[in-house]
Amino acid sequence: MGGIPHDHYEPKAAWEKSLAKRLPIVGLMYDTLMIPTPKNLNWMWIWGIVLTFVLVLQIVTGIVLVMHYTPHVDHAFSSVEHIMRNVNGGHMLRYIHMNGASLFFVAVYAHIFRSMYYGSYKAPREITWIIGMLIYLLMMGTAFMGYVLPWGQMSFWGATVITGLFGAIPFVGEALQTWLLGGPAVDNATLNRFFSLHYLLPFVILGLVVVHIWAFHTTGNNNPTGVEVRRTSKEEAEKDTLPFWPYYVIKDLLALAVILAVFFAIVGFMPNYLGHPDNYIEANALATPAHIVPEWYFLPFYAILRAFDDTVWIVQLAGFLTGGIIDAKFFGVLAMFGSIAVMALAPWLDTSSVRSARYRPMLKWWFWLFIVNFVVLTWVGAMPAEGIYPIIALIGSAYWFAYFLVILPLLGVIEKPLPRPATIEDDVKAQKAAKSGGADAVATPAE
Amino acid sequence: MFRTIALSVVAAFGFATAGLAAGGAGKVTDYDFSFEGPFGTYDQNQLQRGLQVYTEICSACHGLKFIPYRSLSEEGGVGMPEDQVRAYAAQYEVFDAELDDFRPAGPADHFGESGLENAPDLSLMAKARAGFHGPYGLGINQFFKGMGGAEYIASLLTGYTGSEKEEAGITLYGNDAYGGYFAMAQPLYGDDVEYSDGTPATVEQQAKDVAAFLMWTSEPKMMARKQAGFVGVLFLTVLSVLLYLTNKRIWAPIKGKKSA
Repeated sequence: MGGIPHDHYEPKAAWEKSLAKRLPIVGLMYDTLMIPTPKNLNWMWIWGIVLTFVLVLQIVTGIVLVMHYTPHVDHAFSSVEHIMRNVNGGHMLRYIHMNGASLFFVAVYAHIFRSMYYGSYKAPREITWIIGMLIYLLMMGTAFMGYVLPWGQMSFWGATVITGLFGAIPFVGEALQTWLLGGPAVDNATLNRFFSLHYLLPFVILGLVVVHIWAFHTTGNNNPTGVEVRRTSKEEAEKDTLPFWPYYVIKDLLALAVILAVFFAIVGFMPNYLGHPDNYIEANALATPAHIVPEWYFLPFYAILRAFDDTVWIVQLAGFLTGGIIDAKFFGVLAMFGSIAVMALAPWLDTSSVRSARYRPMLKWWFWLFIVNFVVLTWVGAMPAEGIYPIIALIGSAYWFAYFLVILPLLGVIEKPLPRPATIEDDVKAQKAAKSGGADAVATPAE
Repeated sequence: MFRTIALSVVAAFGFATAGLAAGGAGKVTDYDFSFEGPFGTYDQNQLQRGLQVYTEICSACHGLKFIPYRSLSEEGGVGMPEDQVRAYAAQYEVFDAELDDFRPAGPADHFGESGLENAPDLSLMAKARAGFHGPYGLGINQFFKGMGGAEYIASLLTGYTGSEKEEAGITLYGNDAYGGYFAMAQPLYGDDVEYSDGTPATVEQQAKDVAAFLMWTSEPKMMARKQAGFVGVLFLTVLSVLLYLTNKRIWAPIKGKKSA
């Protein structure tokens, strides 16, 4: 696989040969598990396993929760309380599922930012990136609909606000919103379809995850240097890579165990820290909460959505040019979806021939500013849209778009990349030398 | 270097959550409760006193519709003997659809719903309010002090200023914890109940007791949850150590070090 030369499975016993002729499943498993993996992957390459694990965790806990949950406006809230009080281990199942969503997003953001820093999205891994973005979008949809199911105040009003975004689309918006909700407002029909889709989408994600893994197993992993594994001969490839089993399986499991220890501490000792107290109040269409705030993992995009009100010149310009078709509300919606669209286009917006930011002295700074900006947007997303916050949100949103639309294309032209190691083997040697200091460094010169 | 990314994400995680919650910007006292912290447990005597305050004062208007009477005898909670639970439930009547009539409640029945239309159900109140929001709405205090639902309830009950005002024909009562004027009249004045264990029934004592009781009604499985969390963390920590040693050994020849 991956065009990287390596040993393949050879059926030996008669039954192995017989099976391989009919269904080459052992060979597929062998090739998947023994895939040559760059020697120099660092700890940011563990998030994929974490994500796969959390997906399975969410599906398994979710399926059991469904056995006790009732998707009806009169019973949803009390059936969740039934799970919390009467179902054996139900409180743990629900808290794991609830906080599992947060772990999912912590991992996915780390995973995405890793790809951005090391240029993993660049050719030939664009398809892996695009599928990843699709998975991320589906995750957001699934998480949003899952949050509606307990039918608390934030469930209800969050659903009202977010489906209202579709209502902002000119001409077809209102019809579209009614179609999505199954009625004029968030009600039983909405709850039922969200429940149905919340059950369906994780399996779509699972399918896409298989394709995602298939895609990067075809191109091979990126690595912190961004330098490709040598494919000219098996000997050379073996100097750059290690088989996935046991080296990375054990490393990934170690990372997973540490992360799960933190996760269980949160589930066990502070399960509601990441949630919103209002969601323990049953949904009430007649009482709007003072502040409607989405879950933390949506906050950066919520900030972008709210940043563009009609005092912003670009919004006024858009309104003027389109004869009022694009109003502030629709502009905000476009900005929010656009922010993810520009991220998905990163492989084509990034003009640099160098993958890894390790050798891109200018990108490094802009990248870390992007991360800081992400944290700031998360913060202002949770703040009321008044005072200084809309201005911060606007600056943050502008930087988000500038990063993808201006900085990435421009840096490829003006930046002078640092010298890169010729091979992964050289990088590993250089690292070894740097670690052990003196003696080794002399013994293995870099080039 | 990429540790910083992980940290940034964790920071985003910690900063931006649950900053804003119902309850306004009032002054909430950080009362000490026995159930706080990773090893905190409910104080059974306090829960029983709180049940008494709820029964004699709060239940006049409020309900606990999600709580079955039988849960009063559950471990890690109020811990009332079963015969007492039966006797407690039997004080109340429930409508039985099969009999088409009222009958005395049994352990399987639930506490009543709120009797007063505007009085919210209290089953989940201690989780539906957050006492701490700061600093700067970042919600970091909740990380150290807990969500503060019980503290909010206790502060609300002790926070009446004594001032009143009328709005649209309704009397509102000044309350520091609420941070403004509140619809519920002051319910506790001191010695509103007589504790059988001899604890002096000051306003603060009663407020804390009923707040603790409402924390239990919100989170009856808290002790089981903390135990499961503790076992989980312990198990995963041991597993992490074993995997760390395995990983070190496997990678030793690659990294050119002598294996441990």
